[in-house]
Amino acid sequence: MSLEQSFREHWGRVLAALIGLLGDFELAEEAAQEAFAIAAERWPRDGAPANPAAWLIATARNRAINRIRRDRTLVAKTRLLAAELVPEAAMGADSSDPETEIPDERLELMFTCCHPALSLEAQVALTLRTLGGLSTEEIARAFLIPEPTMAQRLVRAKRKIRTAGVPFRVPAGHLLSDRLAAVTAVIYLVFNRGYSGRVDLAAEAIRLGRALAELMPDEPEVHGLLALMLLHHSRHRARFAGGELVLLSEQDSSLWDAAGIAEGRAVLERSLALRGRGPYVLQAAIASLHASPAGERDWAQIAALYAELARLTGSPVVELNWAIAVGEAEGPAAGLARLEQIPLEDLHYLHAARAEMLRRLGRRSAARRAYDRALELVHEPAERRLLERRRDELTDVAAGR
Amino acid sequence: MQYMLLIQHGDTPTPRDPEAWARLSDADKQAIVADYQALNQTEGVTPGRYMQEPAMATTVRVKDGQTLTTDGPFVEMKEALGGYLFYEAPDLDAAIELAARIPAARLGGAVEIRPLVEGY
Repeated sequence: MSLEQSFREHWGRVLAALIGLLGDFELAEEAAQEAFAIAAERWPRDGAPANPAAWLIATARNRAINRIRRDRTLVAKTRLLAAELVPEAAMGADSSDPETEIPDERLELMFTCCHPALSLEAQVALTLRTLGGLSTEEIARAFLIPEPTMAQRLVRAKRKIRTAGVPFRVPAGHLLSDRLAAVTAVIYLVFNRGYSGRVDLAAEAIRLGRALAELMPDEPEVHGLLALMLLHHSRHRARFAGGELVLLSEQDSSLWDAAGIAEGRAVLERSLALRGRGPYVLQAAIASLHASPAGERDWAQIAALYAELARLTGSPVVELNWAIAVGEAEGPAAGLARLEQIPLEDLHYLHAARAEMLRRLGRRSAARRAYDRALELVHEPAERRLLERRRDELTDVAAGR
Repeated sequence: MQYMLLIQHGDTPTPRDPEAWARLSDADKQAIVADYQALNQTEGVTPGRYMQEPAMATTVRVKDGQTLTTDGPFVEMKEALGGYLFYEAPDLDAAIELAARIPAARLGGAVEIRPLVEGY
């Protein structure tokens, strides 16, 4: 493992432990950075310690204690009052079961970063910075925001956590489901921000999802989210061909990542075994059915799952997907009937779906009008080109007759 | 942590507005009074004083040395401050839970939680 990989691996864990210990984001981050800098200098020369995370935490902790001793005003605020410096020789060297010695406080950190007292933008940025170990510059680039703006956003969020008393802990039972929904929403938002730019946010979101599933092994929605991301991600290489968007029905399934699909399905099994029936579990189940070769897709089952998801969320976008699945399962006329009831006049997907069904019903001019309407509403260039291709195929066939 | 909870009553019904108050059922009125009493007796809470309704407010600004006085609250009437209390709590989650128990929060108003600067 390269030094950089190793740092990315340990950053969240080390920082969470330090925040738990110091009760202060800024101090913890500075101490962690110092420890990583020392490691960068020493590890290549002396070899990495047996337990890198323990070494990093102990080193950072010692630096922080020294700083606190210089700055007495901080003393009262930390749990370090009675703490002793750890001799460097002992750091992470000989502890036989180090995992039990340092509590893993990444979960506390996730709930703090995704606290509803912070704006959603701040929650996302802070999660990527503290748990993902992304630099401010990387986060700014991923969200197309100037770096100073992003830096300011992070500073302000950390200040609010300290000043307003946002707790560093896993919420009590009656708060847990709402707060967990905020954490999963942030991770899924990061995932959907996805593939653009140099920073692979989809992979980052999966990493966060894995950590969350490891830390909350009994929460079905957490596994549902991870399964959903794995299943989507395993098809991402087939979604584009030469820069052009490829419809699911026309994707080359040999480009799918079979190992990713298998892992996604195994995680889905786990969430179902936990009696999960929440929105992420349902979406993962749908994604799992989608990840079958075109001819073998069980559209009746997909439609039934969308029906359940629509009941659960009341979302018109889910109803749109339901209508599309009904169109595949029961034929375009049934799909069209369901489509007519959905209040999404300004969404291009609705008109694109209508166009497809009209085309399959042989109503060519109505289909062309629906494509035209979709083209008036679409913004994304790759989606626009796909719609234009579909519409022009229709015209060509009509002209050829 | 010390928090100040600013209760944005706005035009939610309170006994200070007899007309709106009269539109509530007896059960609702009793619940609101009981809820405020319970809040004031909660450990850590220092109740605020009763304020007259927002329509009685006068807002003052100074521009280029001129004092500008206007009738009414600084914000829109329907989101105006109507009361306040102080709360000594372990953290923001505790303050959020107390805020959610304030009747104005469920009657169309809102509660703003402001951490106080310590040591002053």
